[in-house]
Amino acid sequence: MADTKKLAIIASQGTLDWGYPPFILASTAAAMDMEAVIFFTFYGLPLLKKEIDAKVSPHSNPAMPMKMPFGNKDFQSVNWQIPNLISANVPGFDNMATMLMKETFKKKGVATIEQLRSMCQEFGVRFIACQMTMEVFGFEKEDFIDGVEFGGAATFLEYAADANISLFI
Amino acid sequence: MSEIVTKMELNCEGLNCPLPILKTKKAVDSLNSGEVLKMTATDPGSVNDMASWANRTGNELVAHTEAGNVHTFYIKKK
Repeated sequence: MADTKKLAIIASQGTLDWGYPPFILASTAAAMDMEAVIFFTFYGLPLLKKEIDAKVSPHSNPAMPMKMPFGNKDFQSVNWQIPNLISANVPGFDNMATMLMKETFKKKGVATIEQLRSMCQEFGVRFIACQMTMEVFGFEKEDFIDGVEFGGAATFLEYAADANISLFI
Repeated sequence: MSEIVTKMELNCEGLNCPLPILKTKKAVDSLNSGEVLKMTATDPGSVNDMASWANRTGNELVAHTEAGNVHTFYIKKK
């Protein structure tokens, strides 16, 4: 189709909360008959690992609502105010917050990141891993899922130059 | 409403954005031109999203009904 719209995304963050938007938008774009490319760079690169171990860090997200995924509706709607002293210093706090977020997402019928990532690939979304970041952080091609392309800024920009939508996430 | 002949049914109840759209896309891809998919969803956002999806892809949203918190969409493949 001559009129195919193009979406270009740079995924630069790898926490659970920042990891969702690139995959949500790219998979939906593809479902809307658009072309989509995600360029994974800096901390976004680990989102291409075979096992995604993304976590969320409430300490670095002061506006993040802390909700419990269990109990009755009133209990679940409570926004827990956690002092920085606790979120920054209690060992395993991020793990707990990550577990709670994943459980909440599951209960609300939100797809997992892995699910969205594989649907992206199924729909033909292209994933480009930043070669420079791989060198810097010591990643090998074998660390990533199949079907990933490798390139640098120019590779992304060649595509993005013709994109209708370009997002830096 | 007159009876709509549906070729396939898809249950997206309980699923949240963007899953109803993604699953609808996959289902519609498996249909032939002119055939109708019946999709049900409980995600309130799916009302606007389905309209946008249909508008963008050229598939026709033939009808949308609501009963309780369940939305039913009839989508005719272009």
